[in-house]
Amino acid sequence: MSNETDFWNALDPDLLGRMTSRREALSRAGGMAGTLALASVPVALAATASSAFAQSIPQDVVDVLNFALTLEYLENEFYLGGLQASGLIPAADRSIFETIQDHEQAHVDFLLQTLGDAAVEKPDFDFTAGGAFAPFQDYGQFRLLSQAFEDTGVRAYKGQAPALVGTGGVLEAALTIHSVEARHAARVRTLNGRQGWIPDAQPDAPDAVAAVYAGEDRSSHLGVQVAEVTNVGTTGITEGWDEPLTMEEVLAIAGPFIQA
Amino acid sequence: MSTHPPGSEPESAGSGSTPATRRDFLKRSGTALAAAGLLAACEDDPTGPMMPEPDGVTLDFSSDLGVLNYAYALEQLEAAFYIQVLASLYPGATAEEEQALRDLRDHEVAHRDFLAAALGSEAIPALSPDFGAVDFGSRASVLSTAQTFEDLGVSAYNGAGRYLVEPSFLEVAGKIVSVEARHASVVRTLMGSSFAPSAFDDALPPGDVLAAADPFIETSITLINA
Repeated sequence: MSNETDFWNALDPDLLGRMTSRREALSRAGGMAGTLALASVPVALAATASSAFAQSIPQDVVDVLNFALTLEYLENEFYLGGLQASGLIPAADRSIFETIQDHEQAHVDFLLQTLGDAAVEKPDFDFTAGGAFAPFQDYGQFRLLSQAFEDTGVRAYKGQAPALVGTGGVLEAALTIHSVEARHAARVRTLNGRQGWIPDAQPDAPDAVAAVYAGEDRSSHLGVQVAEVTNVGTTGITEGWDEPLTMEEVLAIAGPFIQA
Repeated sequence: MSTHPPGSEPESAGSGSTPATRRDFLKRSGTALAAAGLLAACEDDPTGPMMPEPDGVTLDFSSDLGVLNYAYALEQLEAAFYIQVLASLYPGATAEEEQALRDLRDHEVAHRDFLAAALGSEAIPALSPDFGAVDFGSRASVLSTAQTFEDLGVSAYNGAGRYLVEPSFLEVAGKIVSVEARHASVVRTLMGSSFAPSAFDDALPPGDVLAAADPFIETSITLINA
């Protein structure tokens, strides 16, 4: 594979056309529920795409990218709010969140540029989730929500990757964002006194973020019960694999922070 | 280890079965069949195969199994490295460092053993690592090598994703790559480096990855159809 500085230039329109057919077949079989899930949050999908690239990609890939964009909007606005809140983030930790915010902004910009007029608009966010949290007044809550958003972001991108099989540059771009979200998650986790990786289903996580870690205790992959083929213990096994979330599961987590 | 551009490797670079036979097998087996074969094979041989392959190994990227073997090769390298690190940990390691390195070892060993089992009879043999360039008594040498391996692992999985056809294989690669990225972040933090040096990680072509890994692997690895 040749080096690509512009992921999107690598797209093969014929390949995307073939993928559309495959996706339609999957959709008829009930394999795709993404559009329905997106409709459940107050995010309007633009009806038409004006950029040459966006016009060439199937609607369900547009939906995946808009799903990603919505999460990146959320993360970016969360960090902007935290960085702007006077006295919230100690000086020693500030560069961590400046780095993360800078990346989330780059992800937003990238997805906006890619989607053109097909991009969803930024929703209004409520980071108190209706009064349940006070992240811009309470640094502990800010760090906890940061961890939850990053660990959710990792699971969200991962959950969409199989839907991007065969899309070449689109998949690759999503993967290069996905792993950066994991780097963020690990840094915030260690800041919060946890290991950088997720043990079991995170039994020490507060109830408020339990849904973020549901299913992370899975230890069977591709039909292989990992414990049966290695001497590594159960915790190490569950730490070693991050688990995906569906769009619906992610939106259930993010929904309380998105204002109707 | 050597890498070759697509199509430049002679037919003799195959494994235990003849190259033609293996290629025919891969051609015959559709994706679903390959997946089913994987599962059957792993039930037969949960410890992974040890096929003799004196001339090295070939990674054929025209097949998902070749891509998974590529991951298996990298996980073997990482596992062997951390096993050696923990066998005689550098002096002065903090409790935080030791815990992190133990966890990394466990994760990479689990990845290695999982891929061996999943690939079953299609797995490449055990590779011979060469860590002669690493000073295992030096914190800086160990952690900088760990950072190199973890960053390389991330960019390798990111670059290999587009070769995979079977969605469940892509999904499991995605489950592993984010853990490698977590490792990279933690090791970089221990080193005082930026935990995430870019908003977009690299996605490296397999030839570039194998060239970077080459100094650490004695076994000759041939790359085809990538």
